[in-house]
Amino acid sequence: MKFAVIVFPGSNCDVDMFHAIQDALGEEAEYVRHDADNLDAFDGILLPGGFSYGDYLRSGAIARFSPVMQAVIKAAEEGKPVLGVCNGFQILLESGLLPGAMLRNAGLKFVCKTVSLQVENASTMFTSLYEEGETIRIPVAHGEGNYYCDAETLEKLKENGQIVFTYRDNPNGSIANIAGIVNEKGNVLGMMPHPERAVETLLGSQDGLKLFKSIVKNWRESHAVIA
Amino acid sequence: MYKVKVYVTLRERVLDPQGAAIKQSLEHLGYREVKEVRAGKFLELLVEPSGRDLDAIIQEVCGRVLANPVIEDYRYEIEECVAP
Repeated sequence: MKFAVIVFPGSNCDVDMFHAIQDALGEEAEYVRHDADNLDAFDGILLPGGFSYGDYLRSGAIARFSPVMQAVIKAAEEGKPVLGVCNGFQILLESGLLPGAMLRNAGLKFVCKTVSLQVENASTMFTSLYEEGETIRIPVAHGEGNYYCDAETLEKLKENGQIVFTYRDNPNGSIANIAGIVNEKGNVLGMMPHPERAVETLLGSQDGLKLFKSIVKNWRESHAVIA
Repeated sequence: MYKVKVYVTLRERVLDPQGAAIKQSLEHLGYREVKEVRAGKFLELLVEPSGRDLDAIIQEVCGRVLANPVIEDYRYEIEECVAP
């Protein structure tokens, strides 16, 4: 499986993401610049964390108008897995691929620590190797991770099982303890915690690896050649 | 030439942690009269006249880019000015 790691000016978790895919997962990864306009050669799209365009105006607000985002939207429409982590999540929200918006953390602190997440939906293409209700340990590092949406959107998220991860102990004030959500179709996941930083015991946790393995497993199953 | 002043603020129902922190700081300094602070953004746009309706352009720019309608409201003022 071939992953594109999108690099915006100001991305800073792109190397971690690349490492997670190539070294921990053992799949193919390639950096793709923000000014590229075609992602047809890739099976999965990864939007890494960082501070794209300095987070000017709002986090992700400028990045969403990068040429590559048109290609990301096309890939999402084609049903390819699209994962946005941290700043990548913020970009997915700004681009309208996911509903809602980010506010500054309620406690005003930049939170940088490993947190416990609950897997709320283990039937997505990103989480099928986890158990429903399982607690996993993944690091967060953000100043604007306070997810917000209106009551109507929240109801829809709940009804459709779009809330994938919640915080056990909410570090940022996000509505309904939301840490990660998928789109209605289930192929676009945005999450504030960094699974790419939890792929080997040396990093303190391996709990993020199953997320990437789930993507690969589901991709292999849907692309299996019928002999 | 037109100078357009755009004010972007968080919607009333949306909590403003930044404004709350500023208010708290003012309180510590003894300004107990200040009961609420809402932080926002102020942007100045210099716009050249074109065939298109100025209000339509500004509303489009605000709705698409300058403000995020999920959490923010905007208002603007237009002034005629000489080109710098």
